[in-house]
Order: sequence, then C-alpha cells, then structure tokens
Amino acid sequence: MTYITPPKRGRVATRKRRRLYALLAGGAMLAIAAALVLTAFEDSIVFFYSPSDLNKKQASPDRIKPGQILRVGGLVEEGSVKRAPDGVTNLFTVTDLKQTVNVAYKGILPDLFGEGQGVVSAGSLRPDGLFIATEVLAKHDEQYMPPEVADALKRAGEWKGVGENYGNSKENAR
Amino acid sequence: MIAEIGHFSLILALAIALVQAVLPMAGAARGNAAWMATAAPAALMQLACIATAFGCLMYSFVISDFTVANVVQNSNSLQPMIYKVSATWGNHEGSMVLWVLILAVFGAMVAAFGRNLPPSLKARVLSVQSMVGVGFLLFILLTSNPFERVFPAPLDGRDLNPLLQDPGLAFHPPMLYIGYVGFSMAFSFAIAALIEGKVDAAWARWVRPWTLVAWSFLTAGIGLGAWWAYYELGWGGWWYWDPVENASFMPWLVGTALLHSSIIVEKRDALKTWTVLLAILTFSLSLIGTFLVRSGVLTSVHAFATDPERGVFILLLLVIAIGGSLALYAWRAPRLKGGGLFAPISREGALVLNNLLLTTAAATVFIGTLYPLFLEAIGGGKVSVGPPFFNATFVPLMIPLILALGVGPMLGWKRGDLIGAVARLKFAFAFTLSVAVVAAYISWGRSIFGVLGLTLAGWLAGCVLVEFGARIGLTRVGGGDVLRRMAGLPRAAMGMTIAHLGFAITVAGASGASLWQDEVIQFLRPGETLSIVEYDFTLRSVDTVQGPNYTAQRGIFTVRHDGAVVTTLAPERRRYVVTGTETTEAALYTQWYADLYAVIGKGDDKGAWTVHLFFKPLVPWIWGGTLLMVFGGFVSLSDRRLRIGAPTARRTAAHADPAAQPAE
Repeated sequence: MTYITPPKRGRVATRKRRRLYALLAGGAMLAIAAALVLTAFEDSIVFFYSPSDLNKKQASPDRIKPGQILRVGGLVEEGSVKRAPDGVTNLFTVTDLKQTVNVAYKGILPDLFGEGQGVVSAGSLRPDGLFIATEVLAKHDEQYMPPEVADALKRAGEWKGVGENYGNSKENAR
Repeated sequence: MIAEIGHFSLILALAIALVQAVLPMAGAARGNAAWMATAAPAALMQLACIATAFGCLMYSFVISDFTVANVVQNSNSLQPMIYKVSATWGNHEGSMVLWVLILAVFGAMVAAFGRNLPPSLKARVLSVQSMVGVGFLLFILLTSNPFERVFPAPLDGRDLNPLLQDPGLAFHPPMLYIGYVGFSMAFSFAIAALIEGKVDAAWARWVRPWTLVAWSFLTAGIGLGAWWAYYELGWGGWWYWDPVENASFMPWLVGTALLHSSIIVEKRDALKTWTVLLAILTFSLSLIGTFLVRSGVLTSVHAFATDPERGVFILLLLVIAIGGSLALYAWRAPRLKGGGLFAPISREGALVLNNLLLTTAAATVFIGTLYPLFLEAIGGGKVSVGPPFFNATFVPLMIPLILALGVGPMLGWKRGDLIGAVARLKFAFAFTLSVAVVAAYISWGRSIFGVLGLTLAGWLAGCVLVEFGARIGLTRVGGGDVLRRMAGLPRAAMGMTIAHLGFAITVAGASGASLWQDEVIQFLRPGETLSIVEYDFTLRSVDTVQGPNYTAQRGIFTVRHDGAVVTTLAPERRRYVVTGTETTEAALYTQWYADLYAVIGKGDDKGAWTVHLFFKPLVPWIWGGTLLMVFGGFVSLSDRRLRIGAPTARRTAAHADPAAQPAE
C-alpha cells in the first residue's frame, strides 16, 4: 500500500476506531447469539424415543417428567385405532413390534394416518403413562417410512422394509 | 424423439458451458479480447440449448408421453392441464432443469444487456456463472437424467403428488428458484470483482438490481409456500420452522443484508469486503438450501426421491463452490481498499447494525436447522429442533432490528443526529403507544409476545410513515406541493417505504395470528351447529363430488354472525384415484382483519364428521405485507439509477447520463 501523501493522523485514528467499533459490535452480536442459542437448546430440543426406548427410560431412575415434550414413533398397531366418547379424541397404540405406547390425540388425524403405517407423535406423558399427543405426523405409503420409525424398528430387530428408500413430508404430516 | 432432442440439448449445453467457463476467464487473464468476446454468444447459446431441453421436457408432460420415465412417475392423463405443465418442475429431475434454465437466463441477461460493462469484468462474470452451470448440468446428466425412457411404456402415469396439485404450488418453485438462482448474479459479480481486485460504485450499481430481482422473487416464493402450507395442509399454521422452510429463509435473511450493504457500497464506497462476503454467503446458502432439499438429507415433500449418489454429488459441488469462493475471498479480499468513513450513529451505522442482526439471525437459523443433522452424524441420537428454539433465538434478534429499522432511515449519511431523529418521531411514539394500549386491552392476559409484536409493528409503521411524510414535506408545504414531491420522489425511496411498510404489516400479521387465534374441534352431524368467536357454523350436508382425478367428500357449512348469513364454506377431503392418497382442502373466508378457516375430517359410520374450525386473526395481513414487500422491491427496481444494468431502457439511461458509465 503506497500513499501519495502520508495519511493524516486523525484519519488513521478514526479508521482504527471504526474497526474497533465494528469488531465490538460483531463480538457483542456473536455473544448474544451464542447465549440465545445455548439457552434455547437447553429448553427446546425434543428427543425421539421408540416404544422400547421409552419403556426402558421409564424403568430407569432418570424418568421422563410429566409435561416434558418428546416424540414417540413406530407403527400404528393393527386394530388399535379408536375414538374416545367425546368423538374427536383419537386413541391408538404405537408399536415397534416389541413394546407399545398408548397415545391420545384430539383433532383430525393426518391424511396418511392408518393402521400398520408409520407414525411419529409429539407430546408429553401423563403420570399414568398415556402419551398425550399435540401433533401427529403420519408420513407414509407402502414404500415410505419415516426414518426415525425405520430406525426404531431396525433397533428392535423387526425391520422388514424395502431397503433404505424412505422419505416423508412435513406436509403429509398434518 | 422429442425426449432425445432434449437430452442432446442438455449435453450440448454442457459443452458450451465448459467453453464459456474456461475461455473468457483465460482471455481476461491474458488480455485477449477475442477470447473474452466468446462469453456473450456462448451464454446466449447455452440458454437456447437449455430452453430447448426444458421445452422438450414440458412437451413430454403436456402430451403425456408415458415412454419417458419421469412423466410416468409424476403425471397422469387425467390431470388438469395446468398440473401437467407444473409437473414438469414438480419432480427432482425437472426442477433441476428449471434451476439451470434460470441460471442460464441470468447469464444471458448479462450477455445481452451488459454492453457497458468493462469487458474483462463481463467475461469473468459470465465465466463464473458458467462454472456453476457446468456443475449443475453435470449433476443432471450424471445422476438425474429427466429424459430416461421406459420400455414397455405403461398405459398411464402414477400422478403428480396430490399435495402439489394446487395453483399456489404450481408457481411456488419457479418463483423460489428465480430467487435462489438470482443470487448467483451477485455471486458471479463478487467472484469476478475479487479476481479483478476492484469493487467500486459502478460494480454496486450492477449488483444491486440483480440482488433486488432475486430478493423480490425469493420473497414471493417463500410467501407462496407459506400461503400454500396454510390453506392446503389443513393444520392452520403458515410457518413451522421446518428445515425445508429454513433452507429458503436463510438465503433470504442474508440476501436482505446484502441488499442493504450494497447501498453503502454504491453511495458511500465503504463496506466493500463485507458486501463481497455477503454475496458469496447468500449464494452459498442458496446452494446449501438446494443441497438440503434435494439430497434427501432432510425428509420432506421436496425430497422427491432420496438417492445417496445425488446427495454426495451435490455435497461435492457445495464444497467446491463454497470452499473455493471463500478461499479466494481470504486470498484476495484484503486488496479491496475501503472507502468512506462514517460515525457509528449514521445511516451507514444503522445499515451495519441491520446487517449484523440479519446475519446473526441467519446464523441462529442455520444452527437450529443443521444441529439435528450434525448430532445424528456423530451418533448423538435423534432430536428435533422445533418452533420453540426459533422463537427463543430468532424472535429476540428481530426486536432490535425493528426498533433500529424505524430510526435508521431518519439518520443522515456519514454522521447522523440520533436525538434529532428521535425528536422527529414524536408521532411514531404516540402511534406505537396507542397500538400497544389497544393490543394489550384486547388480549389482556393472553399472549404477551403478541402484544409485543403488534407494538413493534406499530412502531415500524409509524416511523415509516413519519419518514415518508417528512420526505414529501407533509407538514411544511401545501397540498399540491405534497403531491408533486411525491411524484418526484426517487423510486428507490418509494420502494423502500413500501417494502418497510409491508414488513411492518407482515410482523403485525404474524403476531396477531399468535395473539387471538381460536380453534374448536367437534364431532358434527348435518344440521348441527358449532360456534367460534361469535360465528355459528351450521353443517348443512356432506356430499360426494367428482373431480377430474379425485373424488371428494364436501361439507357445506352456512356461516352466520348474529343470525345473518355471512358466507357458505365448503371444505373437502379428497381421495386421488391413482395414488389413493387423501388430501384436506380447507375452506377459507377472508375478511380484512381475520380468516375463518374450516376443515372436515373423517366421518364415522353413523353420519357424523370431525370438524375443525379456526378463527385466524390478522393472517391475511401476512400475505398482504409480503405482497407489499415484493411490490416495493419492483418499485425500487424501476428507479432510473438502477436501470444501468437492468434490461429495460438501459441504453437511453446510459446515454442520458454519461457519468453512469463504469469508470474504466
């Protein structure tokens, strides 16, 4: 860098100071973002459990607290889909073909929900062990399976799927 | 035959793109004018080839040529014509052809209208643009050939995914892609500038309109996607912080930052290296978005098929493009000399703050989107990061952004007067206060965040109006003068006002939707009535109706308010014949302040139906605000100064204003 005229003192100082401001602002922004992200991660990450995982977890001392949000997935057990007496609450059982979890969901089940199909539901456990779903994601036709469900079935040793070719959609989800 | 022509055109396009990527760049390096001059005709020829290929593919869909595998998998002879056409891009292969088509269109625009660009810059821009093209053409030809044939040809096709058979979604992908790919222009210009070692006001005047075009279309595309999710999926939400949504939102956030920082380069000759970095980052995020959506890493309706080979290929492209451009940046950026100085409190300072907040917000979205993938990759278990995370990180960052956005335009360039600006915002303060009081009164004890959001939106709207009023001299001059000043206002300033106002309205809509939303779910027999927020919905009947390629159960509701009939709503539950999939078609009644939203679910054997009703306040504002933002973008684009580089009337503008010629 060559200057035709030597830079003036004040200009250099301002340039440095400007760089300092920019650095401080950037640093502050990073710190704020880091703080926000870390606190949010603590409260808002939702873990996925298969019915076997969940039962194991509940048998251990580190139980899931009632009210904590989690996701449970597997297949909808054949013949388990019923309506509660209020007519709009759906009751069904999610299974990984080893163990099961009972789920209650108030609302319209997604378009692709069906017995024997893969399902993922988000919600929380009631003290009596009934899973109260606030959201049910059913994604699949015969060829497709939500990856979490495929994985849960594999771990339970019950996977007889059509290879790795799964896919799903958030849109199918609701 | 037609399909083979298409395939051949794509191969031809690849050959041309290779030449266009290498020759002009080498020519620019050696000062060989003849080599540099190959760029423009090559770009036009490349466009012609890709357009031919795309036309052939569309033709195959239109005539339902079931010897083409892609048509078989994604179309059906019963489909209405509009969905046969939109099926062209409603699948992985076709959408990638659309991607390169748009890339080629942008390249051709530089070739055709960039006569007053310095020849070396133009050659380099076109070369970089073509390098991206080579990558994606290779990707299509090697992993996703849209023209593959099937033998024997089946009698009929498997139908387009019924969720995609919707007018809103027919135009969502092209809009979104014009946005995504439009940022390639800023990227190519940034890379070319790094190689040239020069960024000046003329450079910014070229980059800004292209960024503006891309930004406007991306905004429209995201808006269309959200609108579709809202009325088509029947769950009543419009934004879910789904990874696929985030994939389009990240380039939007950084692109918005780029739009603003290029103003500083243009007007004040400062923040050059930062702007170049933003241009690289924006397009990188577009590429990452394409990767996330197309590779099948994320599972969604957008991931038409998940093929590991494709994922690896796109990942490779990603590493080369992003890694290469960032390395080039690290090497060359220090040579770009900074220009004008400014005090922290100034228009530039406010724009820098806007940039910092937007990029930080994009970073939090990035972390939230990719963390589950990262955790799974290292074997940390399956987690999901949903709306609570983004509400806790993204939303707090928007608060200072909106506060600053109100004041920023009131500050002067170089050194602003914060106290003076705030003093001039008396009206905005009063307006904000009244909005806050009204919002708090209506929703006492319900949603503090909703009240906060509405208050912020009120503040922003107030500030925008005050600033606009001051510009046209509302308080100082008479009526006729005000109109004259308004007509004489630069379009860029007008566009800014409109877009900022649109943003305020969108913020209000988004807050309102969380503020007073109400819903009921009940089992209903024909003749029975269900009420929500003073509206009574009577289910009159549920009939079976026949569509072109589906049958539907259609519920007819009469909606009454205080006994007077307001409207009739007819939500449907469709079953598509070919695939057997069901979709929910919500019925909407829109008033200026709220939507009534009805969904019909499954019936039981005794003739009762699950009915889900929503009262959705202010949701129409989200769409209105988004439209205003897009409109603002286009108004700003029509500004005289920006026509240098934009296709229309460039020549006259260049002749009229010799100073606008890039200084070479």
